[in-house]
Amino acid sequence: MSDNNHMSLTLKIWRQPDSVTAGAMHTYQLDDVSPDMSFLEMLDVLNEQLNAKGEDPVAFDSDCREGICGMCGLMINGDAHGPEVTTTCQLHMRSFSDGETITIEPWRATAFPVIKDLVVDRSAFDRIIQQGGYISVNTGSAPEAHSVPVPRDDAMRAFNVATCIGCGACVAACPNGSASLFMGAKITHLGELPQGQPERDSRVVDMVAQHDHEGFGGCTNIGQCTAACPKEIPLDVISQLNKDLRTALKHGH
Amino acid sequence: MNYEMPDTVTAAEASQDTPAEMTDDAAGYYTPGEPLVDAKAPTGPIADRWSDRKFEARLVNPSNRRKLDVIIVGTGLAGASAAATLGEAGYNVKSFCYQDSPRRAHSIAAQGGINAAKNYKEDGDSVHRLFYDTVKGGDYRSRESNVYRLAEVSTNIIDQCVAQGVPFAREYGGLLDNRSFGGVQVSRTFYARGQTGQQLLIGAYQALERQVAAGTVQTFTRHEMLELIVVDGKARGIVSRDMVTGAIDTHLADVVVLASGGYGNVFYLSTNAMGCNVTAAWRAHRKGAYMANPCYTQIHPTCIPVSGSHQSKLTLMSESLRNDGRIWVPKNEADCDKDPRDIPEADRDYYLERIYPSFGNLVPRDIASRAAKNVCDEGRGVGPKVDGVRRGVYLDFAAAIERLGRDGITEKYDNLLDMYERITGEDPYEVPMRIYPAVHYVMGGVWVDYDLQSTIPGLFVTGEANFSDHGANRLGASALMQGLADGYFVLPHTIRDYLADGPFEKITEDHPAVVEAHTSVKERIDHFLSVNGTRSVDSYHRELGNIMWEYCGMERTEDGLKKAIDLIRTLKDDFWRNVKVLGTNESLNQSLEKAGRVADFIELGELMCIDALNRRESCGGHFRGESQTEDGEALRHDDLFAYVAAWEFAGDGEPPVLHKEDLVYTAIEMKQRSYK
Repeated sequence: MSDNNHMSLTLKIWRQPDSVTAGAMHTYQLDDVSPDMSFLEMLDVLNEQLNAKGEDPVAFDSDCREGICGMCGLMINGDAHGPEVTTTCQLHMRSFSDGETITIEPWRATAFPVIKDLVVDRSAFDRIIQQGGYISVNTGSAPEAHSVPVPRDDAMRAFNVATCIGCGACVAACPNGSASLFMGAKITHLGELPQGQPERDSRVVDMVAQHDHEGFGGCTNIGQCTAACPKEIPLDVISQLNKDLRTALKHGH
Repeated sequence: MNYEMPDTVTAAEASQDTPAEMTDDAAGYYTPGEPLVDAKAPTGPIADRWSDRKFEARLVNPSNRRKLDVIIVGTGLAGASAAATLGEAGYNVKSFCYQDSPRRAHSIAAQGGINAAKNYKEDGDSVHRLFYDTVKGGDYRSRESNVYRLAEVSTNIIDQCVAQGVPFAREYGGLLDNRSFGGVQVSRTFYARGQTGQQLLIGAYQALERQVAAGTVQTFTRHEMLELIVVDGKARGIVSRDMVTGAIDTHLADVVVLASGGYGNVFYLSTNAMGCNVTAAWRAHRKGAYMANPCYTQIHPTCIPVSGSHQSKLTLMSESLRNDGRIWVPKNEADCDKDPRDIPEADRDYYLERIYPSFGNLVPRDIASRAAKNVCDEGRGVGPKVDGVRRGVYLDFAAAIERLGRDGITEKYDNLLDMYERITGEDPYEVPMRIYPAVHYVMGGVWVDYDLQSTIPGLFVTGEANFSDHGANRLGASALMQGLADGYFVLPHTIRDYLADGPFEKITEDHPAVVEAHTSVKERIDHFLSVNGTRSVDSYHRELGNIMWEYCGMERTEDGLKKAIDLIRTLKDDFWRNVKVLGTNESLNQSLEKAGRVADFIELGELMCIDALNRRESCGGHFRGESQTEDGEALRHDDLFAYVAAWEFAGDGEPPVLHKEDLVYTAIEMKQRSYK
C-alpha cells in the first residue's frame, strides 16, 4: 500500500485504572493510520504517542497476533472482535474509513470482570475446564494409538469444534452473557470421540454447574455467539450440550 | 512437504577455505574455560541408553512425592505436559505463565504437525531413521544420545495424545493419517489440519487443568518469573511478579523447571508471540546456568513481509506452499515496482530454480532464506519499501492454478491463502504472494545434560528453552515432538533421580539468598520506573532487533558481528539511563513488563553475537560469510567446531567464559550437505 491513503481516526476508548475504580470513555485523535496496520498495531501506535506525552498507555491483551492464542478481544463499535469474522489481532485498518469514529470497549460480562482498561479476567473458562473438560488418562497409560479407530466424520466434527480458542467473544456477544457456545464446543469435541465416552455424563453435568456458578447467563438461542465466533463454531454445539445434559440427567447424574 | 533426501558427500570431499585453525575471531571477547562433559548419558549401545538411564535413575516413594515441591515456569507443550505428568505422579506442582490462561502459550501457533516413528505407512521409517534424519537435519551439531531418545519416545506421544482426545487427521478407515514434511522421504508427520500445535496444547492444557482440580497443581497465571533463587548451589525457587497487582512474591521449592520457550523476539520482529521472552532463562544464566549455542537461529523462508514501520510481529505461512508456488524476482531493478503480472517471463528470475536446479524451490529453509536476502540486497526485492529497501520476493501460483485449477489450489492450501489475503489485502489467486524470511525458532538455549538438568543442580530446562536436540537447524514438525517428549516422557523420569535426595532442607524467606533475589527484583523495577528518560521501551527493542537482524541474522561476518557488539553495548548503556516507563509497579503495567524483558534481550543479543563470532564455520541456521564453498554454500569445519559452545556468565562487563562440550558420534557418520 502506498503512503498517500493514510487515515485519521477518532477513538473512543474505555479507560479504567483497576477492577474497583469506575471507568469512563476517553476520546483520542489518531492520524497517519495505515490501512495495512492490524487493529492492535494501530493501538500500539496510539500507545507510543501517549507514552511520549507522559500519559498512561491503554492496556489491552494480545499475544500470538496470528489469531490462534485467544488472548486478544475487544468490543469494536459494539461488535466482539469488530466488523469481520476474525480475531481482533487479525482485523486490519482497511476495514475502516478515513475520518471514522471507532468505539473500543472491553468484553462485557459479569463473569469477566475488568482488570484494567480493555483487559478482563477470563479465568472462569479455566475453572469450567477443570470440571471435566478433559479425558482422564495419565501419562504413559495410553493404549496404542491405532487400537481404537475413529470414524473420519466423527474425528472431523471433533476437530472443527476443538478449534475454539477460548477468547470469550461468544460471552461478550451474548445478551445473557452465556458461555454455552464455549462449553458446547468442548462437550462436542470430547463427546464425538470414543475416548470421551466414559466421562460423558459427568463432564456435562459438572461443567454446566461450574458455568452457572461463575455467573454466566443461560442460553436463549439468540445466536449472537456463533455470529461473533472468530472460529465459526456452529450453534448446534449448544443443542449437543443440551442433549448430553438431558441424557446425563436421565442416567441419574 | 515433499523434499527429496539431500545428496551427501563426506566432509573430506568438500572444498575447504583458508585454515580456520589460524583464527580466533572472538579473541578478547571471551575467556576460555574448562571443557564440559555430560556425565549423565550412559555410554552403552545407543538403543539401550535411555532404558539404562531410566533404570539407573532412582525412584521416589509415592508417599514422599507429596512432600516435594516442583516449580514449572511456562505452560507450552514442554511445561504443561510436565506439570500434568508430575501432578499425576503426586508431586506438589506450581505452574507459572505470563498469559491469562495456560492454554495460550505459543506452542498453540504451530501449524504443520508432529513427527513420530510409528511407521504406519510401512515406508521404511524407524526410530533409527528418525534419529538419523534429525541429526543430519541439525547439520551434525546435536548430541546423539539425546536425539536418539527423542526418536524413541516419539511413538508414545501419539498414543498419549490420541487417548487425551486430540483430533488428529484420520483416513476413511478411522486410522491416523500421515504426511511428509521438511527434508525427509518418509511420511511420519501426524497433523490436525494446519492447527496441530493448538490441538496438542489443548490436550496438555486439559491434562493440566485436570490436575488443578485434583489439587496436585496450582496455577499462577499472569505471573512472570523475574529471578531464580539459588541456595547453597542448588535452585530452590523463583521470585515472580503478579502482573495484575504488582506483588513481588517468593516461591520456594525443591526443584525448578524452566519451560519458558525460545528467545526469537531478541530480533524484535519474529513469528513468536508478543510476550515470548528470554527473562526466565537469562535470569538463570546470570545465576550460573550456561547458555549453549545461543547463535543458532532458524529463519523461516515463507513469512509475510514487513508492511511498514508499525509492524509488531511477523506471520508464518506454512512452507508447504513451496510445493506448488514458484519463487521469483524481476531480473531488472527497474521492474520492481511494476505490477508483477505485467512482467514477461523473460524478465523474471526464478532464482532458486536457477541456482539449485535439482532442488529448485524446495531447498531447505536456511538456503531458501539466504537466497531471498541476497536478491533483495541486490535491489531486486518487491513490495513496499520499508526503510528504503524492498524486502520481499514473489511466490507465484499462476502456473499451479493453470495446472490444478483454482479449486485444486484451494483444496490443498485451504486457509493459508485466505490468511494471506486477510493480512495483506491482496488476493493471491490474482496477484503473486509476497514472502520474506523471518526468525521463528531458536535451536540454542540453556545447556542441559542428558537428564535435562542445567549446570545449576535442581534447575531443569525443557522444550525450546534448552539447546539439546536440534543441533544447528531444526526439521519441520520436530519442535512439537521435542516439547512433548521432554515434558511427558523424559523429565518425569530424570527429575526423580534428583528428587530422590529430597525433600531438601527447609529454607525460609529471610535466608540471605532469598532476600538478595527478592531485593534485586525490586531494585530493578524501581530503577525502570525512576529513570524517566525520553525513549520508550519499544523503541529500544526495535533498535536491538534491527542490529541483530542486520549483523546476526541470515549471514554473519567477523566485521559485522564486532560492529554489532559495539552497537549493543552502546544501546545497553543508553537504555539503562534513558528509558521511559510510566505508571507504577502496583498495577497492570505493560511497559514495565516489557522493560525487564528488553533489558535481558539486550544482554542476550551481545552473547549471541559473541557466540556467532567464535563459530567461524557455517552450519545449519548459522552462516558465516567467511566459511563458504566456492559456490557460496555453507561450509562446516568439523575438525574445529564439532562442539557445543556453552557460555558461563562471568559478571556484568566481564567477558563470558566458553566451555566446550565435544560432540562425539558413534552411531552416525558426519557428512557435508549438498543441494545442487
